[in-house]
Amino acid sequence: MSRTVMLWLVWISLTVPAALFVLAAIVYGGNRSFLLIGKTSNGHHQIELACDACHISVFGGPEVLQDACVRCHGAELKAANDSHPLSKFTDPRNADRTAILDARHCVTCHQEHRPAITRAMGVTLPDDYCFHCHADIGEDRPSHEGLKFTTCASAGCHNFHDNRALYGDFLLKHADEPDQRETPRVVLVEFLKSRKDTIKVPRTLVATDADAPAVHRGDIDVVTAWAGDAHARTGINCSGCHTAKAEPARWIAAPGLETCKTCHADEARTFVEGKHGMRLRDGLMASHDGPLGLFRAAKLAPMTPGEARLPMKMDQTRTSLGCNTCHSAHHYDLATAKVERCAGCHDDTHTKAYFASPHYELFKKEVAGLAPKGSGVSCATCHMPPSETRRPDGSKSVFATHNQNDNLRPNEKMVRSVCGNCHGLQFTLDALADRALIASNFTGLSGVHIESIDWAQRRARERGEHRQ
Amino acid sequence: MKRQTVRVAAAALLASGVTAATAVHAQWFGSKESKGIPLQQVADMLHAVMESDRTVYTQRVVNRLQNEEKVIQADEHFMDKKALPLPAQMFRFGAEKVAEKTKSFSYSLLSLWPVNKQNAPRTAVEKDGLKFVADNKGKNYYGEETLGGKKYYTAVYADVAVSPACVSCHNAHAETPRTDFKLDDVMGGVVIRLPMN
Repeated sequence: MSRTVMLWLVWISLTVPAALFVLAAIVYGGNRSFLLIGKTSNGHHQIELACDACHISVFGGPEVLQDACVRCHGAELKAANDSHPLSKFTDPRNADRTAILDARHCVTCHQEHRPAITRAMGVTLPDDYCFHCHADIGEDRPSHEGLKFTTCASAGCHNFHDNRALYGDFLLKHADEPDQRETPRVVLVEFLKSRKDTIKVPRTLVATDADAPAVHRGDIDVVTAWAGDAHARTGINCSGCHTAKAEPARWIAAPGLETCKTCHADEARTFVEGKHGMRLRDGLMASHDGPLGLFRAAKLAPMTPGEARLPMKMDQTRTSLGCNTCHSAHHYDLATAKVERCAGCHDDTHTKAYFASPHYELFKKEVAGLAPKGSGVSCATCHMPPSETRRPDGSKSVFATHNQNDNLRPNEKMVRSVCGNCHGLQFTLDALADRALIASNFTGLSGVHIESIDWAQRRARERGEHRQ
Repeated sequence: MKRQTVRVAAAALLASGVTAATAVHAQWFGSKESKGIPLQQVADMLHAVMESDRTVYTQRVVNRLQNEEKVIQADEHFMDKKALPLPAQMFRFGAEKVAEKTKSFSYSLLSLWPVNKQNAPRTAVEKDGLKFVADNKGKNYYGEETLGGKKYYTAVYADVAVSPACVSCHNAHAETPRTDFKLDDVMGGVVIRLPMN
């Protein structure tokens, strides 16, 4: 055998298996981390090994990625009354603009795997992107003349997508609000009160009612905990969670998301939209069935604090995040879930400062029964606020969203869903713009003043005078 | 002889193929016709539907319920105020839905006196068209333009104040550049675009 032939054989015997290995990882899964072409953004790192979450087809270009973006984020953009919807850019009259900035595709502004240029909210464009379409804003709004285009979205004035709390008429409507509302608006409590007469609560169950098979009823502590808890109070027996309607004879030892969502559908749906549960979202697979049984279909493993990019407590690094992580099995104490469970894992400055904040004082008062229900401010009050949903029949329902990332960034999203329930708009905008105040968990007053309300009022005055 | 017959037959086949392809191309692409219907007629038909729906919503919903019966307001921020969408918003929502469904046409509502400056004319055809329909009441404007490397047949139709609600709202709006609109005035234009290639 000649030397050339031998070299070819060696090359082929090394290259072909390597190529097959890479191909199998792409198509079927396994440990795909070596395929990552760059560190993923904070928004996607948890699901980075489910490559086909974004690369939904090996063929196709930006359109394929766009479909993936819309599949996960489309509904929230619609709900946010997106100020820059796709239709604005597919209109041919804006073709000259999209030639400069192709806003028809999310990846134009939000590139993935580009850590060196990725900033807050996964934005990878330079901050002056508004310039491309609004260069002449100074002509229409003299107040904006000379302002840097890097300040549009950073000065508490505008967001690209969600401006529900920043548009002019909203600013004017809420311009003169006091810093503190006399009585806080407690949306969920009020909704439940309004539905009190329509909610049929079955007979409260006691320990002797427990219908678990004898073999599972041995632990008296478990039965006692259940009997003293919300599920027993609302008539939910052991079999309600430990069996499924489809297979009533099969005992489910550790009910999880699939069981919880049969009653708590909105909470479960939003849980998998946030960072706690996004790995459990339907269709996110770590691997798929492959040839010769070499690969088996498997969902992504639940998130653990140890894999988070925020500071977490060392003793919780391996805790899997599911419903029971915060809502302990058989002891679904909401007060615990709203604060203790969060602080049990999160170890950042903002979380630690909470326990010395005025918000925590209010929460303690509520828990002690010294203040009205809902008047306390827990972690969940701000990060899992009441959310409205519509049933298929059009009726309204209110529930605590379990997507704790929904209103985080840009943080003006909190104005309507959270802060405005207790505070005036100016006070809120100023507070949300002060990074140091956020770090101290709002202990003290803001050192920042956002001028958007002043400008809106001035504009309204000027327009009024102009009309006269 | 036989070979020559084959050559002639092949040439004839080729010629007929080219002719057919040219005919098909002319029928479907690059011509002023869309699947056999002249583009102007297509645009006119689309506009007839749009104008009718817009007029019905403005007169029978907004004007009746807001101005006559006074049971509900129409407001730009209709979600927050639990009000009716303004007729212009209703029209744009339709345009956005269409944009999500098809690329075979698009339309927009523009004006020489827009409340929102983004709805001022941008292209030369839009500028000429809006001026033409404002100056020549009852006439439409038709043109061709190339946008983003694609050729479009563009039609502009006058958008007329069909009810007192149009006039009162636009004249009173804080951002309006014009405050003297009267009933039946041309307030802007509907621009319909059909791709030609």
